[in-house]
Amino acid sequence: MSDLALAAFAAESGGHFVRPPSDPRWRAFRRRFDEASFRAGLHERALRWVGRAEPGFPSLLAAIHDPPPGLFLRGNGEAALLSRTAIAVVGARSCSPYGSQVARTCGRELASAGLVVLSGLARGVDGEAHRGALDAGGVTVAVLGCGVDRDYPASHRELAARICESGLVVSEYAPGVEPAPWRFPARNRIIAGLARAVVVVEARERSGALISADFALEQGREVFAVPGEITSSLSAGTNALLGLGAVPYTSTQDVLDALGIERAPAPAPELGEAAARALGALREFAAGPDELQRSTGLEAAVLAAALTELELAGLAVQEGGVYRAAG
Amino acid sequence: MLARTITHALVGLDARRVEVEAHLQGGVPGFAIVGLADRACQEAKERVKSGIISAELVWPGGRRRITVNLAPAALKKEGSGFDLPIALAVLAASHQIPIAKLEEHASVGELALDGRIRPVGGVLVAAEGARRAGLDRILCAAETAPEAALAGIDPVPVRHLADAVAYLRGELDRPSVVVPNGRPPPPQPDLADVRGQERARRALELAAAGAHNLLLAGPPGTGKTMLARRLPGILPPLTDEETLEVTRIHSVAGLLPPEHPLVTLRPFRSPHHSASTAAIVGGGSGPRPGEATLAHRGVLFMDELVEFMRPALEALRQPLEDGVISIARAEGRALFPARFQLVATMNLCPCGARGDPAAECSCSPQRLASFRDKLSRALLDRFDLVVAVPRARASELAGEPGEGSPVVQARVVSARLRLDQPAPIPRSQDASELLDRAVERLPLSGRGRARVARVARTVAALAGADAVAAEHMAEALAYRAPRELSSP
Repeated sequence: MSDLALAAFAAESGGHFVRPPSDPRWRAFRRRFDEASFRAGLHERALRWVGRAEPGFPSLLAAIHDPPPGLFLRGNGEAALLSRTAIAVVGARSCSPYGSQVARTCGRELASAGLVVLSGLARGVDGEAHRGALDAGGVTVAVLGCGVDRDYPASHRELAARICESGLVVSEYAPGVEPAPWRFPARNRIIAGLARAVVVVEARERSGALISADFALEQGREVFAVPGEITSSLSAGTNALLGLGAVPYTSTQDVLDALGIERAPAPAPELGEAAARALGALREFAAGPDELQRSTGLEAAVLAAALTELELAGLAVQEGGVYRAAG
Repeated sequence: MLARTITHALVGLDARRVEVEAHLQGGVPGFAIVGLADRACQEAKERVKSGIISAELVWPGGRRRITVNLAPAALKKEGSGFDLPIALAVLAASHQIPIAKLEEHASVGELALDGRIRPVGGVLVAAEGARRAGLDRILCAAETAPEAALAGIDPVPVRHLADAVAYLRGELDRPSVVVPNGRPPPPQPDLADVRGQERARRALELAAAGAHNLLLAGPPGTGKTMLARRLPGILPPLTDEETLEVTRIHSVAGLLPPEHPLVTLRPFRSPHHSASTAAIVGGGSGPRPGEATLAHRGVLFMDELVEFMRPALEALRQPLEDGVISIARAEGRALFPARFQLVATMNLCPCGARGDPAAECSCSPQRLASFRDKLSRALLDRFDLVVAVPRARASELAGEPGEGSPVVQARVVSARLRLDQPAPIPRSQDASELLDRAVERLPLSGRGRARVARVARTVAALAGADAVAAEHMAEALAYRAPRELSSP
């Protein structure tokens, strides 16, 4: 099986190969490569390998023009998980409160609709999307741009462990490969390749998330962009995508409709009168409690209780003292 | 010839009886002070000599050696309050004042080179010590006499060493204590000055009613400091016992203004964020009270909490838990009371733009993470109430002026009465269920759960309810630490 040897050679030579190179070192490597012991090493570390020629390899990824030799897998999820309908949620690492909230909600709702949430384990939008999916008890897959055994960034070690409980951490790179800036665009092609659709939550004008979107377009996948404020540089990339014809993401329903997936409507939770009034005001615009007090005419104590009720019902979220309607 | 008088040394907030003995003997002329006197105390030699000469009394020089012993000799003596007792002992030893009369008096005070007597800190504590030692009168600077009178002892206010000598010789009656003219303390800032900010005002009232620590988080310029300064004004007035407690601390720190020596208003201390650990919790070789102790029974306000040094913040955990600071030194341990309410402010991120709708946060994730790391989980857990104060839009500033401090204070006082009853306010079934649901849905630790329950009790007490209802619990949940401060 030359695919595994190719992946191992890429790790050893520090290169990136999708097909065997015409390099004498490769031929030498291939002659001395002991596949059985390499596989035993993987097994020992609870890692798995799915080569592109194997039947378990996701067909969507196999269809792109430069599929990786295969994927290394970590976690308790089945390899077949990769062939399920997956939606990528990607975006800026230093995202705004708005971005992190949208990413989390999006992850949560896609997961509770039974879809696999795909992202890159990075800080910001990626991490929030994973967390959202985990919040909903769903399945999520993280695609790394470094060796599959690495937790990158290190601050997401715990998150990676939680993902592994029911989902997968995957990479085309063999264990031990260091993260390098040039590997991330290659990682993004895998994210786009595995996904049926890509949702870009927040992106600056030249963002890695836009590379994912480009790959997705090339491969004929649906691209959604979350509209942002035109004055925010964090939304420049997503607004530009919308200009190029991406579908605006305004709720999870947009994604489900585009993919033709039916979802049972969630029963509307019962709300108290004050909470209903506060929610009505929040649906108009996000606001701090004092502003809400003026628009609803509720007392500070009553309003505080009403806002907690909305938070518990998942209908509002708070960040930096500003409440937004959610769901 | 030997003469003896009594004074008191400060150890922490306690007075230790010190006997000042002066002995004149023939021999090589000289003046020595023994008994572990520190630098300021050693320098008493020069002040005492000049003072005695300026008072037109006789310096017992000539061919005599003067030895002053401060007993117990093993106790460290600090400061300049020993000047007056040393001078009096020397004068008595040289028969210029009657020894028997001197022994009936305690004394404390610093001498000026012209013989005037200057006030020193800790006179209240020294006077209390004198009363315990069975003395009826204490000689002290005129400025500190009202303070000494608080200890239930007859102070003898003296302005000049010559007055003290004349009094002890019986040439002068005890000068009357000038009772402070009752000038009212400066007015405290009123809550009516705050416009809008209803959420934060409500949190302030809850903090006052339940003695909760309060953290105000938000971008700069949203009135966080203005709000915090108004907390002492809505707290219940100090009781007589608390008044004396606070006055004693401020006396030792030398902070009592002579015109109103009794601290009747709750203290408000706002140390700068560059303050050292010793400045905050107290310290030094002869430990001195820090800001936390000076804020005893009042408010310790820490503006820009995250800018404070980490060790200083961590040192606050003990007083926040026990209400007392214990400082161990080789010579022993000093205990300082420090039952204060902590009010702190912070930005939501290093650049300060979070929570401001008109600005965009430019902080990198790394900077945000290290910013949060500075605030330890353990310290954040000490704040029962956390309120994010977002920047108001301009139109909000024109809100109605709110209620004044006296109205709020009245509500706080009645809520405190309910909370101080031995039987805690019971919790309804609905409230317990709501709390359980919240723990499942919101990031809330075990400690966070206990905090919410505590605040809910205060909400119920303020509402005058018989039990903690679901709506009280729901309101309390609104003041929990927001996610962006507690988790990555």
